[in-house]
Amino acid sequence: MDVIIQVITSFIATGAFGILFNAPKETLIKCGLTGAGGWLIYYVLNGYSEDAVLATLAATIFIAVLSHQLAKFYKTPVIIFSVAGIIPLVPGGMAYDAMRNFVENDYNTAIGLAAKVFMLAGTIAFGLVFSEVINHIIRKINNRRVKHL
Amino acid sequence: MGNQVEQTKEIMELCLLAGRIMLQSGGETYRVEDTMTRMAAALGIDNTNSYVTPTGIIFSAEGTGPARTKLVRISERSTDLKKVALVNSVSRGISSGEINLRQAFEQLNEINSMNLTFPFKVQVAAASIASSCFMIMFNGSWNDFIPAMISGGVGYLSFIYFHRFVPIKFFSEFLASFVIGLLSFLFVKNGIGHQLDKIIIGSVMPLVPGLLVTNAIRDLMAGHLVAGLSKGAEAFLTSFAIGAGIAFVVSYL
Repeated sequence: MDVIIQVITSFIATGAFGILFNAPKETLIKCGLTGAGGWLIYYVLNGYSEDAVLATLAATIFIAVLSHQLAKFYKTPVIIFSVAGIIPLVPGGMAYDAMRNFVENDYNTAIGLAAKVFMLAGTIAFGLVFSEVINHIIRKINNRRVKHL
Repeated sequence: MGNQVEQTKEIMELCLLAGRIMLQSGGETYRVEDTMTRMAAALGIDNTNSYVTPTGIIFSAEGTGPARTKLVRISERSTDLKKVALVNSVSRGISSGEINLRQAFEQLNEINSMNLTFPFKVQVAAASIASSCFMIMFNGSWNDFIPAMISGGVGYLSFIYFHRFVPIKFFSEFLASFVIGLLSFLFVKNGIGHQLDKIIIGSVMPLVPGLLVTNAIRDLMAGHLVAGLSKGAEAFLTSFAIGAGIAFVVSYL
């Protein structure tokens, strides 16, 4: 039940973000689906392994690869699909916690949280890079198949 | 000869117009460069070089006659992915030879002057719904749904209005997050809201520079080090402004 609520809210939230970024109307549903899929992976993996880094990495790779394929299929820029989907993965809550601890003069907790935020942001970057590699491999396989035919 | 020089100039203007619209609407730097090079190549200028940063485009083309170079300054940037998609489709049309120079010019001018954004009310509604949904996604409870919705919507609304009033982006972000913090604090104080942290985190989400961060990373990976770093700096300043606005409320109230 919890998972279903998470999927529905993430679908609505990423779709609404598509509106804020002024994505074309016909892509809003696809934006929402990409975001919901990514968040589902993050939520399940995070609950299962208690490791936010792994969950973020998997979700980022999923979103980036899926949006690349969608972009190729619908002949639109990749950024339309990927941006809204990645937003929920940005560690906003943790950054808030870190900042709040800084303000309350609890520097030890704050620095620990800030390091974690940095790790998660780096994980998103690494996921984007990794997905670029996967896209290259997919393209190479497709090219080879065309050549063989 | 004179005719060809004239044509080179026109092609350059076309490429720069396309590049400017894309950059102003939040396209990635490497996509802007790629689009301009492709368009020029499809129209007959093979030898072009461009240098794109978030604040300006330098584009040079070597057609017949001496090489020409032009600089365009970008001062205002917003997020309008539909324009990026439209310019992209014009560039595809030129590459495949479906539209010629004149038609492309007309279409780009039309795109440039169009106001494609969703209606203001829809944007604010989207911001409020996104805020409350994010609050649920970050394990908030359902009885905070309405407070998060209101403070997220009012925060986004005040961001737009402050930005019209004082055109300094970081200051309006600071004020907007201050408003969010204040509203959430009042909700909790009056017993309408329950978890202050969750409400604030959810309502701040529409202001978070997610697009900038992703673009910065993509640009850095594509080798556009200057553009990537400057976008990263913008993202950092934005998040700092949001953080400062919230911190103000948390520490003094």
